[in-house]
Amino acid sequence: MNPQQTFITGNWNKEIDVRNFIQLNYTPYLGDATFLTGATNNTTELWQKVSLLMDKERNNNGTLDIDTNIISTIISHEPGYINKEMEKIFGLQTDAPLKRSILPYGGIRMVEKSCKAYGYELNPQISEIFNKYRKTHNDGVFDVYTPEMNAARKAGIITGLPDAYGRGRIIGDYRRVALYGVDRLIKDKKHQLISLEIEQMTEEVIRLREEIVEQIKALQELNEMAASYGFNISVPATNTIEAIQWLYFGYLAAVKEQNGAAMSLGRVSTFLDIYIEKDLKEGKITEEAAQELIDHFVMKLRMVRFLRTPEYNELFSGDPTWVTECIGGMGLDGRPLVTKTSFRILNTLYNLGAAPEPNLTVLWSTKLPENFKAYCSKVSIDTSSIQYENDDLMRQYWGDDYGIACCVSAMKIGKQIQFFGARCNLAKALLYAINGGRDEMSGIQVGPKFEPITGDVLDYDEVMKKFNTFINWLAKLYVNTLNVIHYMHDKYAYEKIQMALHDRDVLRTMACGIAGLSVCTDALSAIKHAKVKVIRNKEGLAVDYLIEGDYPKYGNNIDMVDEIASNLVKDFMDAIKKNNTYRNALPTQSVLTITSNVVYGKKTGSTPDGRKSGEPFAPGANPMHGRDEKGALASLSSVAKLPYQHSLDGISYTFSIVPKALGKTTLDRIKILSSILDGYFAQGGHHININVFEKETLLDAMKHPEKYPQLTVRVSGYAVNFIKLTKEQQIDIINRTFHGEV
Amino acid sequence: MSIKGMIHSIETFGTVDGPGIRYIIFMQGCPLRCQYCHNRDTWNIKNGREVSVDELINDIKKYIPFMKSSNGGVTISGGEPTLQIEFITALLKELKKLNLHTCIDTSGFVDISLLEETLKYVDLVLLDLKHIDNEKHLQLTGVSNKKILDFAKHLSQQQIKVWIRHVVVPTLTDNPTDVEKLALFINSLKNVARVELLPYHSMGKIKWQKLYQLYPLEGIPNATDGNLQQVSKILEKHYIKINEDVVA
Repeated sequence: MNPQQTFITGNWNKEIDVRNFIQLNYTPYLGDATFLTGATNNTTELWQKVSLLMDKERNNNGTLDIDTNIISTIISHEPGYINKEMEKIFGLQTDAPLKRSILPYGGIRMVEKSCKAYGYELNPQISEIFNKYRKTHNDGVFDVYTPEMNAARKAGIITGLPDAYGRGRIIGDYRRVALYGVDRLIKDKKHQLISLEIEQMTEEVIRLREEIVEQIKALQELNEMAASYGFNISVPATNTIEAIQWLYFGYLAAVKEQNGAAMSLGRVSTFLDIYIEKDLKEGKITEEAAQELIDHFVMKLRMVRFLRTPEYNELFSGDPTWVTECIGGMGLDGRPLVTKTSFRILNTLYNLGAAPEPNLTVLWSTKLPENFKAYCSKVSIDTSSIQYENDDLMRQYWGDDYGIACCVSAMKIGKQIQFFGARCNLAKALLYAINGGRDEMSGIQVGPKFEPITGDVLDYDEVMKKFNTFINWLAKLYVNTLNVIHYMHDKYAYEKIQMALHDRDVLRTMACGIAGLSVCTDALSAIKHAKVKVIRNKEGLAVDYLIEGDYPKYGNNIDMVDEIASNLVKDFMDAIKKNNTYRNALPTQSVLTITSNVVYGKKTGSTPDGRKSGEPFAPGANPMHGRDEKGALASLSSVAKLPYQHSLDGISYTFSIVPKALGKTTLDRIKILSSILDGYFAQGGHHININVFEKETLLDAMKHPEKYPQLTVRVSGYAVNFIKLTKEQQIDIINRTFHGEV
Repeated sequence: MSIKGMIHSIETFGTVDGPGIRYIIFMQGCPLRCQYCHNRDTWNIKNGREVSVDELINDIKKYIPFMKSSNGGVTISGGEPTLQIEFITALLKELKKLNLHTCIDTSGFVDISLLEETLKYVDLVLLDLKHIDNEKHLQLTGVSNKKILDFAKHLSQQQIKVWIRHVVVPTLTDNPTDVEKLALFINSLKNVARVELLPYHSMGKIKWQKLYQLYPLEGIPNATDGNLQQVSKILEKHYIKINEDVVA
């Protein structure tokens, strides 16, 4: 029997339309978390095996093994298993767990360097092929870069560019594999090809036809890979286990074919819930079994590995893959998209323990069911593993079937992609404006030469005039550089399986970004409201600043400075928009640094806000640590004012708090955290990372205060900001709060 | 023209000085001289920052959604808020116009007659009972506890909800006989919604040092969980639950 006959039919039966299938068939869940089950013995045992391997990996410099002989493709490797008898969901990137593969199309040098860094040597034949016969994305980019682009890149004013590695940030609609089976998708792609037999073979049409043929080949390989594991995924999935397996194979093909900076999953839990509900109803599956399948699926997602250089990992703190999965949100018709599987996937954080991957992202709406809100808050308090994004805000732009790529980038699934553009350093741009285009660290003329500011005291209007002129130049250079990068990435490292799981015509965004927003804002506020004296070196280069008097600082909910921040965001976006983008991509930007705010800080000289040379920036859109003096709500209210409409690729905010500061009882804490989220998002905040920390984290905070700008400690009747305390006091709190004698 | 007051600082995200999320105004100035004071820098009223009621109300308005969704409100703490009675009364009146839950955190060292108007606009009083024994209270805080206990009784008569708080300072405020007496007193009140024990800590010491003052409790250890349990056991014997809401 065709299992799809038991689903409510609609447009999804006529064309590829996953959203329509979801809307017609899903069951919103308004209840609480009491139905959830723990890990089965099988899950616990299997996870122990994986954990052991992960320990081994950590002890081996962070890389367990590398296959240096086979170039990874969808079908390059023999099937791999953790333990064939125990695992329920199959498929690994290579023939063994955590063994990393090589993907040289982004750049051969990155692969050679990575192998070497971990004590391996790349098969010389592969080196030869990619150095002599086959060009890579990286080669293409550097063939075309202008001297100006090279200089800006080297000085770190434009930084983190995906010019030597896979750009990522493309989400295949992996659900299509389960819903339609691969053959139906191939058929659809063949129709698309026919639709492009048109009069004018323009460059655009030629390119698209070639891409679609590549996509079809990738889909055929996907069938082949699944067959090697003993599955026929050419037809639709008929039950829960197949739906998860099919979908995972789709994702697996993507991570075998691309080493992208962020390889996000999309929005799959509510889709999968439809199959689980059906099987539960028909008595084919128990709650334990359903949870076990989700646990095993998530286990596989936690095992995704890419070969990267140690420098890359330093920039991004660890070994991130950004397997972002979106949970919850509201439908356009007002029904919550929360299902029991929204709970089940969060429950993996208990069954398998807390973890950064998959990057579980709750799409928050003030209208979400209260039970679900409470459960999310509880999981945050227990694990600090969830991030939240404003569904009420994003739904207006992206509908109700979007996902998040990486951290904060919303895109309609299967209909939209982005050209990842990393970010430019706004704080450094301000220093260039003061120094006439010269770099404050090296003295090299990086930007166009213009008259530097020569006065002893900075004048706000003069600085702003130069800054505004300068950012126009910077934005132009930035967009041009990104055009080069994405032209070459399409040409030499095209994401064929991910794009096979998209519509023919997708919306592309050119996702620019800014770092150092709070530094730049406070600097301008200091120049405007206090007196900032310039200290110059012998060569006349402004290298330091002396502030006389006080000035309002970003992060205290004071409009007169928060407006500076909002204007910076808008002005830079406007400057970006003036430029032509590759493939007519829609220009957007993010206020996001991921974890590289430290590295950007290192590369930036002293700034007029009082920050010294080399000191870290605040992460993302966060206020500078220690400058938000009115408590957590004032700080997040400042951030919530930043205009999403001028920063459609996302605005990231990191919030850290100790459990005690959330209230006295668990119930208090859950209620208060939900209230913070409701309040923040109602004000228009876009994204928030919630950290609820214990002792270990406080110790880390002592070493890296910049990561914990708002760690709040209640000390009976009075709150203190942890990082503002002296070292002795911090030690005191750590001892007192955690080692209370009984 | 809006009345002005002297404040020490603002905390937009208080979660333990009253229910829900609280906007806390720390007032400047205090008539007590508690030896364990952790906010030594709030004693002298002259050291504050001058703000008007309007200014505060405008700022507070920004956080109403957070207060409403968490059943929170505004807490006026200190220092000693009742030192600036005119100011806080004006402020409380405005807060009530906004329909916000209000709370004052006080030592209770006040003349009841002065507070009559103020209390009309107060939903909850956080009342510190620092010591039940008058002699010891005098020694610990520099003042007698008579006014304070009278104030507590007055609140009970007026049926204004209170949270009673007691700071457990090892050897100074945890004597079992005293705690027994405290329990009896608490049980004589009809308006107690919560009883909280706060462990003494020496974190405030640095603030004394900054003002070139000797710290009076040098050598007294921080209160441990054990100290707290000892005190709470005695209170519980008298059916007083610690840190839990009771129906007042």
